Amino acid sequence: MTTVAVKPATMAQALGRALRDAMADDPTVHVMGEDVGTLGGVFRVTDGLAKEFGEDRVTDTPLAEAGILGTAVGMAMYGLRPVVEMQFDAFAYPAFEQLISHVARMRNRTRGAMPLPITVRVPYGGGIGGVEHHSDSSEAYYIATPGLHVVTPATVADAYGLLRAAIASDDPVVFLEPKRLYWSKDTWNPDEPQAVDPIGRAVVRRHGRSATLITYGPSVPVCMEAAEAARAEGWDLEVVDLRSLVPFDDETVSASVRRTGRAVVVHESGGFGGPGGEIAARVTERCFHYLEAPVLRVAGFDIPYPPPMLERHHLPGVDRILDAVARLQWEAQS
Amino acid sequence: MTVMEQRGAYRPTPPPAWQPRTDPAPLLPDALPHRVLGTEAAERVDPELLRRLYAQLVRGRRYNAQATALTKQGRLAVYPSSTGQEACEVAAALVLEERDWLFPSYRDTLAAVARGLDPVQALTLLRGDWHTGYDPHEHRIAPLCTPLATQLPHAVGLAHAARLKGDDVVALALVGDGGTSEGDFHEALNFAAVWQAPVVFLVQNNGFAISVPLAKQTAAPSLAHKAVGYGMPGRLVDGNDAAAVHEVLSAAVAHARAGGGPTLVEAVTYRMEAHTNADDDKRYRGDSEVEAWRAHDPIALLEHELTERGLLDEAGMRAAREDAEAMAADLRERMNQDPALDPMDLFAHVYAQPTTQLLEQEAQLRAELDAEARHHEGGHESEGTAR
Ligand SMILES: Cc1ncc(C[n+]2csc(CCOP(=O)(O)OP(=O)(O)O)c2C)c(N)n1
Repeated sequence: MTTVAVKPATMAQALGRALRDAMADDPTVHVMGEDVGTLGGVFRVTDGLAKEFGEDRVTDTPLAEAGILGTAVGMAMYGLRPVVEMQFDAFAYPAFEQLISHVARMRNRTRGAMPLPITVRVPYGGGIGGVEHHSDSSEAYYIATPGLHVVTPATVADAYGLLRAAIASDDPVVFLEPKRLYWSKDTWNPDEPQAVDPIGRAVVRRHGRSATLITYGPSVPVCMEAAEAARAEGWDLEVVDLRSLVPFDDETVSASVRRTGRAVVVHESGGFGGPGGEIAARVTERCFHYLEAPVLRVAGFDIPYPPPMLERHHLPGVDRILDAVARLQWEAQS
Repeated sequence: MTVMEQRGAYRPTPPPAWQPRTDPAPLLPDALPHRVLGTEAAERVDPELLRRLYAQLVRGRRYNAQATALTKQGRLAVYPSSTGQEACEVAAALVLEERDWLFPSYRDTLAAVARGLDPVQALTLLRGDWHTGYDPHEHRIAPLCTPLATQLPHAVGLAHAARLKGDDVVALALVGDGGTSEGDFHEALNFAAVWQAPVVFLVQNNGFAISVPLAKQTAAPSLAHKAVGYGMPGRLVDGNDAAAVHEVLSAAVAHARAGGGPTLVEAVTYRMEAHTNADDDKRYRGDSEVEAWRAHDPIALLEHELTERGLLDEAGMRAAREDAEAMAADLRERMNQDPALDPMDLFAHVYAQPTTQLLEQEAQLRAELDAEARHHEGGHESEGTAR
């Protein structure tokens, strides 16, 4: 093991660095969106890029999400690699037509002749006290659309690695950025940020024997906290960070659940029709004979995202996760 | 044989049956924004109207200052100030009859308040206790709309429905310069013109969409020009001249009410403060630009007109300021009380009849809250309202 100089960095900085490095390495990478230039994006992820690479490669577009993604399609058709920023989760919806009708299926409808290497960066999720339309968890819409990769980092290092991988991908990637983790700091070596993981690999963030928490994005730190708190109850929880929803890493997830025999899926978006249902079904299909209890889900309520003063009652927190763990017929195991 | 070789099959111009529907000339906006204050036209304006506009501008400015202060005290999550744009906000509210509808965007709290909405109710979205703190039917104000330009088709639909029903109702929809780039803006204009819906679109061109200046938003000679392609008149007005905005909007509303169809009005104004308290405008504009606009302040313009003509004196100004101060004091006091929130409200209005899933989730939350309350029993203070 080599020791590297690590310093604290935020997820927003790591994302910015990934964009910068990708642009430096590949002249076809273009960044575009609302306020990404002079302002550096409302979350400052693109800070400094316009200065370094010029307006032709870092473009403040007119305010039109369908236009942003639609023109990105044309740019990708002509050999560029657009990385587009949607300012907030709910403001990506005007671009759904382009995403679903064109971006996701261009490779398929052209029999492989016209792949679209577009990365769509979408800040998502709640917990930041945002007003209406600033806190949606829209991943269920994206994962229901064949042809898209859907990834979401939970750590600073993954933010860098996954974004590099997304930009390098020859397929469109919806890159979901958990906005409440933008300012979370990790120690990370910005001078040697070479860890570019291929898209589609989950990672075990914490090893345990009693049950597996399967989660991603903004819920990863919550699950880690829950796992620590669970020790007091004598439960030793494993935490799997999916990192990628599409493709889904059945191998890592199944292996974990087979070891522990119990699983809870945790995410912020609504449970009904949410990603947890798909995940629970897959786990059940693959691990049925290993399961000591049904796979449970801890999700946001099935309501439009609430106003900020009430969001703490909506978001899955440590207590709700521990309650679910307790409901895994615990006594059954010695 | 190519199409060109088929004699008569290809025409460089359409057959004579095709007629352009309108002469674009009357639809085109003037080259310069329409002004009233400081011109002869001002003399024709009812002095009472000028005084009313003045009182509302002063109130509006004070309201913006108070709301901005409330963000600093953590009482509002965010506030997009309309300081500098008060003339547009106030005129939009005052040109409408009670039966008409206003479709505001997230920056237009002031228009809603000037229309008569309780200032506290107008701020729930930005305070974060509920999305829309009022019944839209009561004042005929649609919910303050956050996704840009998406309220415009609603305004068209409502105006159309009212006309189908035989009601004499006009809808006035507000949008920013940035919002005019959205597809919804274009679709709304097209529907409005094709249906000849009684709707007026007011674009408050305040120079920026967050950090992006108008020049990066459009290459059109003006935003008002965009109307012509859809077949409706475009009007350009000085958005800091309250009398001019009122005049142009009144004419557009009257035109719509009389069955003349929609109008697009572009008011040229300036956003004097940052996009919201969360924005750093130093990154994209210089002080000198802001200062230049300060000399064209909507309140100063009207005050000058009124005092020159002896329609307003020191006492009148003081009265306007005192009225505004009283409104601000009341707003401050009521906003400094914690709103009484019931977490069970989360489930109250998702459907007319809650789904079985929601009933289960409601029971879950109630159990959690009961457990929390038991936990706090005996010495521990209850947590009170969520903040
Ligand atoms: C569909 C959509 N995209 C992005 C945003 C984020 N956003 C909020 S305000 C704003 C700028 C709006 O500018 P403009 O329309 O000129 O109105 P102004 O803020 O100047 O009043 C942006 C990009 C949004 N609210 N809705």
